[in-house]
Amino acid sequence: MAKPKMESTATLDPAACAPEWIDILRRMIFVRRFEETTEREFRRGKIGGYLHVYIGQEAVAAGIISALQKDDIVFSGYRDHAQALMLGSDPNRVMAELFGKATGVSKGKGGSMHLFDVEHGFYGGYGIVGGHVTLAAGSAYALRYRETDRITVCYFGDGAMNIGSFHEAMNMTGLWGRDGMAPIVFVIENNGYAMGTSVERHSALPDLAARVRAYNIPSEKVDGQDVFAVRGVADRVVRQVRETGKPYCIEAVTYRFSGHGAADILQPYRSKDEVEEHKHRDPIVILRNRLAEVCGLTDDDVKKMEAEAAERVAAAVKFAEESPAPEPDELYRDVVSE
Amino acid sequence: MSEKSYRDAIREAMIQEMDRNDGVVVMGEDIGVYEGTFRITAGMLKKYGAKRVIDTPISEAGMAGTAVGMAMLGLHPIVEMMTMNFSIVAADQILNHAAKVRYFSGGQVDVPVVIRGPQGAGVQLSAQHSQSFESFYGHFPGLTVAAPATPADAKGMLKSAIRGRDPVIFLESAALYGMKGEVPDDADFTVPFGQSRVAREGNDVTIVSYSRMLQLSLTAAERLAQEGIEAEVVDLRTLRPLDLQPAYASVARTHRCVVVQEQWKPFGAAAEIAASITENAFDELDAPVERVTGEDVPMPYARNLELLATPHEDQVIAAVKRTMYRS
Repeated sequence: MAKPKMESTATLDPAACAPEWIDILRRMIFVRRFEETTEREFRRGKIGGYLHVYIGQEAVAAGIISALQKDDIVFSGYRDHAQALMLGSDPNRVMAELFGKATGVSKGKGGSMHLFDVEHGFYGGYGIVGGHVTLAAGSAYALRYRETDRITVCYFGDGAMNIGSFHEAMNMTGLWGRDGMAPIVFVIENNGYAMGTSVERHSALPDLAARVRAYNIPSEKVDGQDVFAVRGVADRVVRQVRETGKPYCIEAVTYRFSGHGAADILQPYRSKDEVEEHKHRDPIVILRNRLAEVCGLTDDDVKKMEAEAAERVAAAVKFAEESPAPEPDELYRDVVSE
Repeated sequence: MSEKSYRDAIREAMIQEMDRNDGVVVMGEDIGVYEGTFRITAGMLKKYGAKRVIDTPISEAGMAGTAVGMAMLGLHPIVEMMTMNFSIVAADQILNHAAKVRYFSGGQVDVPVVIRGPQGAGVQLSAQHSQSFESFYGHFPGLTVAAPATPADAKGMLKSAIRGRDPVIFLESAALYGMKGEVPDDADFTVPFGQSRVAREGNDVTIVSYSRMLQLSLTAAERLAQEGIEAEVVDLRTLRPLDLQPAYASVARTHRCVVVQEQWKPFGAAAEIAASITENAFDELDAPVERVTGEDVPMPYARNLELLATPHEDQVIAAVKRTMYRS
């Protein structure tokens, strides 16, 4: 995979030492630990079905979600743990969902691909690649129809851009944007692969940001490994979308360090060298190095964060393990309204 | 009460609900400026404005999916499919999203979206424009599937659909749009889902049907009456939820049953209905449940062939007589 050529749009000023950056680092370390643990629990047979982790992509969720206002809403594809956690979902309940327990965010009925937490603005967690993009577009219309200043953020991967409903959603959003009825930020999480098919092999035009411009949606690329860059773009874009009701698309060029899913062990579509090369651009390392430079963050500070994350995740696993399975009656609930 | 066509009943239901709730919006292809292929939405753009009467591009997945998103955020979108044949393009949005998001979210969202439009054969629209979708949509939990046979039911059931909290597939019969009937004017008149009705009483045989085939069954019943056979005709009204209690009660008296549907026989609604009657009223039956269905071919264009492909009264009468071992 070609290396992205991009410049950070964020300036590294003294504000970079704001407590919020430390908090973002803490969240990214937490999500990393959470995801590593889910992989382990999958191997232990505690988590069933599919499991798609976010390791390597943390800056994309952190940089954009941290720029949102509390009542904004987020839709995502199936690689959705980080979005829920960054939005403030209780890690206990997220882990319990993965364990298929009654205490899970979706009552144990959705699993890894269908995390859902309306209270924290998370509208799912969808398993049909690209299928949720139309829903997100409609949600944005509804928010503006009710004359709120809330916005929708819709995450999807590079692979989602080749399904028909994606293009229908983009075109309709482009049209609605003319009337200020599409307050939505589309975020392409371009991790280089649609499962095992590289962008070069699945997209006739590999410049993904350029593709959405065909629908009158402005777009730009950002280095998705650099949370300063992502947050810099997000601050500007979120403000603009909120003010205008017009859609915008951010292509975050990133890389997943883990396999596509927990069962993707052989990874015949990429070399170990390629993965190792990208690990040199670990978003957590990039952020902590930057904070060491501007804030004097020490290794001990980071170790402390890692220990806290480990402890918190262990507590989530314990909570999930000790939680009861859904009652048999739950099988028949929520099919339709009661 | 006033006399109205099936088409005007649908239109009146939408207007009454749009007046009642400003969260109700309508979207579809050429429903605004063009005023609708079947003119059901004529005048609505002028009355309610472009934010509530949304002309969409030819994007069935786009309109169905965005409507699901609107519904999850509290609006009550009505999606007009120019014909239900086009709704297959939106199958993923309807079947994988609308029907399931309440369940996989553990009940965190309502999805009050109505997907409505005409279906069925009878006006020489050939293979791609003449299909019926009740068994297709009826297969999926999470959906409500309505198929009204009268103007009053069309109005009352559409109002229930718009006021509800769940996705409703509202199957209108294109061939019934011009049919007239008495329709209650009351703005709060609704017809609940999952309540079948006896459309004609009789003690000799039970005919179970819905939508346009219900009307065909009633005509057949009148001809049978001239031969001294009194058929009880049950109108299912909704395919999901499916209320077969009136059918079981009827079969307990008549001991004979014929199910009539327009769609193809294999895996059709009549198969489900006949199986349920066999499971639940086996001891009451004096003959196998008969099915009258469309022919198992894509719909042809030529008028004579189309007539051969769709059920007609003679077939219903013949099926009734087979259950009575008469010829």
